[in-house]
Amino acid sequence: MALLTVDKLSMSFSGLKAVSNLDMEINEGELVGLIGPNGAGKTTIFNMLTGVYLPTGGSITFQGKKTNGVPTYKLSHLGIARTFQNIRLFGDLTVIENVKIAYHQHVSYNMLSGMFRLPAFYRGEKDMEEKALDFLKIFSLDDKAQELAKNLPYGQQRRLEIARALATKPSLLLLDEPAAGMNPQETRNLMELIRWIRKEFNLTILLIEHDMSLVMGVCERIYVLDYGINIAHGTPDEIKSNPRVIEAYLGEEAI
Amino acid sequence: MKLFNVKNLIRLLVLMVVYGIIQYLFINKAINPFYMMTLVLVCIYIILAVSQNIITGFTGQLALGHAGFMAIGAYMSALVVVRMQGSLVAGIIFGALMAAAAGMLIGLPTLRLRGDYLAIATLGLGEIVRIFFLNMDYLGGATGFSVPKTIDWTWAFWLMALSVFLMSSFINSSHGRACISVRENEIAAEAMGINTTKYKVMAFTMGAFFAGLAGAIYANYMYLIHPGTFSFLKSFEILAMVVLGGLGSITGSVVGAGVLTIISAGLADYPEFRMVIIALVMIILMVYRPNGLLGNKELKLDFLRIKKKG
Repeated sequence: MALLTVDKLSMSFSGLKAVSNLDMEINEGELVGLIGPNGAGKTTIFNMLTGVYLPTGGSITFQGKKTNGVPTYKLSHLGIARTFQNIRLFGDLTVIENVKIAYHQHVSYNMLSGMFRLPAFYRGEKDMEEKALDFLKIFSLDDKAQELAKNLPYGQQRRLEIARALATKPSLLLLDEPAAGMNPQETRNLMELIRWIRKEFNLTILLIEHDMSLVMGVCERIYVLDYGINIAHGTPDEIKSNPRVIEAYLGEEAI
Repeated sequence: MKLFNVKNLIRLLVLMVVYGIIQYLFINKAINPFYMMTLVLVCIYIILAVSQNIITGFTGQLALGHAGFMAIGAYMSALVVVRMQGSLVAGIIFGALMAAAAGMLIGLPTLRLRGDYLAIATLGLGEIVRIFFLNMDYLGGATGFSVPKTIDWTWAFWLMALSVFLMSSFINSSHGRACISVRENEIAAEAMGINTTKYKVMAFTMGAFFAGLAGAIYANYMYLIHPGTFSFLKSFEILAMVVLGGLGSITGSVVGAGVLTIISAGLADYPEFRMVIIALVMIILMVYRPNGLLGNKELKLDFLRIKKKG
């Protein structure tokens, strides 16, 4: 069953067509890659899927519901979570607080219980603390729980972004260049981790990445974008040998 | 339940000791009424500064209408107590609730604005409130409105303690963290499922509620309330306290409110120097501690515990 269907999706910024007529279908449990040269419109697609931009044309259907125009936070409640290409952690907060904020939509007590410190508050906080630590453990960040997020090394900040996204309990996870700035060893570990969390949390993952070893290594299907147009899609092997993809990446001369 | 853990009991004990010492000194006439008034003002300003900090320091919204909410609390409680012969408690609750209602009403449209625009809009709204009461002859208008003094130091102190407890509990709960995430990164907060508009309005309403409470205490302590008291300079004074103590620090606001109120009282005989000195304090602070006295850290009681043991 298609979890996410994108139909003739377009986005133009006063004349500049960032994405045009994109068709995409992602089935439940799939791990799909989205690649393309810089400025191809990949992050714009993420921003439309998460409600940051209102598409100028076409429709997005998530779990059978049309989601154009649904605000970002509601999409998060529906089960779409994302990470950011340029890391957007809550820098002045501790690592565990970052995760707790993402878990806030599942909080079990109300505002007044918090203000008056009713028993429900202590129960809810204890539960939240445990859940947040579980997420941190997956990403081996539990020993850094009390550190400020901005003081973490780059690779750990990237991992914390994924941990935070998972804490919203999504069904669709959008990863925007999760391996950016990582060394080959870290990228390999990340690859394992992505495979593992997909199985463990029953996730469907859509992934933007420039690191081809990662994309080709984990993705089952790949969409290729160039100047906002979907030029190819298929399995990693099909993509590798597709002449239009090679042209987009290396230029016409190379063929 | 766990509300009465060791830490909180020590906090309560410290509060009772502070209260007891001051009350003892007052009864034995070691503190004259002028200093007593200053201490009550410190309590009022602590509530104002902490509530402003909820909006500005924690939620990151630069709102400058706090004097307006204080005025609503003051006048509405006076309305209940004087015009409707209601009880003091009813007056305080009504004043605070009306201020909160006004905060929510004003917050819904204005909190869509960002940065400077929000500051200007709230500044204007604060002035509108002041001018409204200036022209409201039923509540005294330009001559001021006299309210019997029914609040004493005990009331002010314990209401302050309760307010600070409630606000710091809020900020240290999941809902408070949601507010802080708005300050930290609005886009990420939205993506993590935080309805940022809702939490901005929530923080704003709560700030207004406690500003109204402070206004109600002020009205029932000061014999006379006058629209001129609630001008935008008052809002700036409150913001100065928050910045002095540190944006994002509850105890910082307490310290900031205490320091600035006491400086103001000390300079009561030289009113022309008051603003100069306050400005000077702020400039020196900006040079040496740009994040305020405490930054975004909290003053902990741990060091007291060690001292007691040793």
